[in-house]
Amino acid sequence: MAGVAISPPRPSAVVAPPRERISSWPAADRAFYALCWVSGIGLCLIALWIVVFMLVKGISFLKPSLLWTSPNAGSIHQTQNGGFLDPIEGTFLVTAIGTLIAAPLGVGVATWLTEYARPSWFARIVDSAIEMLAGVPSIVLALFGLLIFSQGFLGFLSQGAASGSLGQSFVAAGVVMALIALPLVVASTREGLTQLPPRMREASFALGKTKATTSRYVLLPAIKPSIAGGIVLGMGRIIGDTAIVTILLGGAAQLTEPVGHTPVLGLLRGTGSTLTSYVYYNSPAGEGNAHEKAYAAAFVLLIMVLGLNALVTRLTAGNDGEGRRRRLVRIPYFSKRG
Amino acid sequence: MDPLMPPPIRRISLGSEPTVAPAREIPQTNGNVATAIATRATRPPAVNVRERMQIESVWLAYGENWVVRDVSLPVRQGEVLALIGASGSGKTTLLRSLNRLTEITDGAARAGRITLDGGDIHGVEVNDLRRRVSMVFQQPNPFPMSIYDNVAYSLAEQRPERGKRRRRRSAALSAAVEDALRRAGLWEEVSDDLDRSALRLSGGQQQRLCIARALAANPEVLLLDEPCSALDPISTATIEELIVGLRESVAVVIVTHNLQQAFRVADHVAFMHLGELIEYGASEQVFDHPREQRTKDYISGAFG
Repeated sequence: MAGVAISPPRPSAVVAPPRERISSWPAADRAFYALCWVSGIGLCLIALWIVVFMLVKGISFLKPSLLWTSPNAGSIHQTQNGGFLDPIEGTFLVTAIGTLIAAPLGVGVATWLTEYARPSWFARIVDSAIEMLAGVPSIVLALFGLLIFSQGFLGFLSQGAASGSLGQSFVAAGVVMALIALPLVVASTREGLTQLPPRMREASFALGKTKATTSRYVLLPAIKPSIAGGIVLGMGRIIGDTAIVTILLGGAAQLTEPVGHTPVLGLLRGTGSTLTSYVYYNSPAGEGNAHEKAYAAAFVLLIMVLGLNALVTRLTAGNDGEGRRRRLVRIPYFSKRG
Repeated sequence: MDPLMPPPIRRISLGSEPTVAPAREIPQTNGNVATAIATRATRPPAVNVRERMQIESVWLAYGENWVVRDVSLPVRQGEVLALIGASGSGKTTLLRSLNRLTEITDGAARAGRITLDGGDIHGVEVNDLRRRVSMVFQQPNPFPMSIYDNVAYSLAEQRPERGKRRRRRSAALSAAVEDALRRAGLWEEVSDDLDRSALRLSGGQQQRLCIARALAANPEVLLLDEPCSALDPISTATIEELIVGLRESVAVVIVTHNLQQAFRVADHVAFMHLGELIEYGASEQVFDHPREQRTKDYISGAFG
């Protein structure tokens, strides 16, 4: 035997130890196990149903021209002609404003809450405020926003308020949208910060760095995926919100084109609609009487939100610092052997 | 002579316990001990010794418990001071108080005086103090950024010079980074790719990077809190050699549970027990001829 190289057997040739048989489990365990499977499959079926239904309805009604023609402005009825270019623009505009406000504010609040939080009674108040904000229905926030932005001293932010009517504008809607995105950004940033090992902070303090420097150059860069995930979740929430749009944006079919103002500023002060309000007005329950356009718009909306969700998954699961992709779900017991 | 005494301790206490038969020891002696003896034999005597810090009757507490009781010690440049003692003896707390890192823990209290170059450390701005008295921890804790950025971060007083893009790095910064990595004996191993993530380094390399980071601020005192306890024997030997080499340019204080290590690297040893300083003296004296019975018991493995 000497001199003969010993090669290990092929893995498939090795007899694996017998797996535990489910039939050996107590009845209650088996019933629970079956229930888990049924709920999992049920959830998948419902999700699949929604997507397939919207896909079929949407694709059958979605004409490319809808994406780049403006809605019919003259009448509330959208049956004749017109697409939903303006609602798409409105969605992007509101999301951009909301995100630009919520992201820095949310990261700042979360950093203060985890790293400073002094005095502690004030930290508790801020904590409860964030929780409250997360729990308030968006329609309540919208109503509150309408009240605030209709005040005289904030009138310059919306065309309507300037001329004596309601304070509806993209700025107003964007600011209130920021409030509904804020708790999500704060939550995921805090989560990221609290999960960092304390020795990372200690190491930085021991090098003579202040808390501010440590947060800015060590802690926050280390949790970029969490922050990005929170921001994208917030964007998804903004895109999907209807109440704030209906109340604070007016739901006008077309973006208003004010005269005598610089273009961008005018747009921000003007009213408009988003995909959600467009779907609402044109749905069988709305007044637009253009169901097929509602389905097409809903399809576009769904694609946008699904895209964002995929982005969250990518960002948060992206990299564990070792260059490997972290798996989202790990089922050690029932995954393949080996 | 207790036959249950672990082999490394037996080796150290050889001088004071001549009854141990050398023949019984040979199979138990590992390579590490042999290296240790060699290092010890060739280590040059401390030169240019001058006092850097003075700990004067210091008491330290967390909450209502005194963790360190009335400790006085000198910290000198040109030599290595080792703090030894069982867990809970207050040596890490004492070490952390030297750069006021105890203050980040709630409820920490202090009495007594610690001076750095003659001035009370509480008269120095805390971040300034921590740059002058820097620290390396038990677990290697590089920041999740590139090797270069880890060192560059520590070079700047607060806001680091951005080194992400190679071409934007200034020559002076790169030279300082190289110098720190050379002093920590890491340059040869990492110079080919400084943009690699520091987390990809091995444990020993990570710890040397942490030493490089601590040295980058050009401190007067370097505090090491069990720097090798998470490392393998080879990395440990590298770092011990490094520590002995560093003592000429900085005062080194090391906390260690490893008595062999204390014996190998330290010029002076302080033995602490339950917060009190039991014995302080030259390394040879403390290990070979301890004055106190408790020291003798500890280094011969009777407790701890």
